[in-house]
Amino acid sequence: MASQRAMTEADAALERITQVPGIRGSLLISGSDGLVVAERLMEGIDGRAIAALAASLVQRLDRATNRAGMRAPTFVHLKGNSGSVLAAPGRSDLVLVAVASTDANLGLARMQMLDAVGRLV
Amino acid sequence: MRALEPWVAGPLQTFIDESSARIILLMTTSGQVVAQHGFTRSVEVMTAAALGAAIVASTEELAKVMGSPRFAALVHGGNRQSCMLSAFGTPRGRWIGLVVFGSETSVGLVQLFFDQMVEQLVTVAPREQPQGQPLPEHFERELNTSLKELFGR
Repeated sequence: MASQRAMTEADAALERITQVPGIRGSLLISGSDGLVVAERLMEGIDGRAIAALAASLVQRLDRATNRAGMRAPTFVHLKGNSGSVLAAPGRSDLVLVAVASTDANLGLARMQMLDAVGRLV
Repeated sequence: MRALEPWVAGPLQTFIDESSARIILLMTTSGQVVAQHGFTRSVEVMTAAALGAAIVASTEELAKVMGSPRFAALVHGGNRQSCMLSAFGTPRGRWIGLVVFGSETSVGLVQLFFDQMVEQLVTVAPREQPQGQPLPEHFERELNTSLKELFGR
């Protein structure tokens, strides 16, 4: 029952994030494994690849900041020519990830993601 | 990295570079070694190939019992290193990949780049079968020959 509730919350969080203008999809991934836990993506987006690469990015940034004596990042924004990947690490090794196009409302997406990741168990 | 057939080397090297895997062994479903990276002794390759082929055969039988098609991959998670076994089809028959990886990478990355390697292998594999297919009675001689080639001695 608890896991069912957690999945419902996760699905609701992904739904809210994908409703932000310009967001092409969102995923909940396992940070250490780089595997997809839940996803809501537009057609043509390879969720498995995004999960693996975003988890690797967050892990490496985590190690880098740790070695530099800083706290782990709470939000990661990787900007490219044709869009961005946003990641918000949460508790229980989960990472919330969003794929955004160049015209996305990144401020609203960031706010929604930080709010959602704080609620996830 | 050593490969018995040159066309395997390119996709395998890309996989090693991209995935940061520590050890990889490519073999046929009968345990005949095709390529390896990370092993230092031939006896380790022989053991890993035999065990890997046996595990894949067991899981495929288990899948049949459960009424499902083949499992795509089998991952053993460990504290210091993990192991992935995956069988896949090539124009040269069904092969198995055994990958050992550590905390410097993740199962998601290994699976992602493994699938890309499989696609590349299928694309570049020569369509004609090699001459002189190994016979079961020549297994030991074939195994020794391939191990000599893989370890250069």
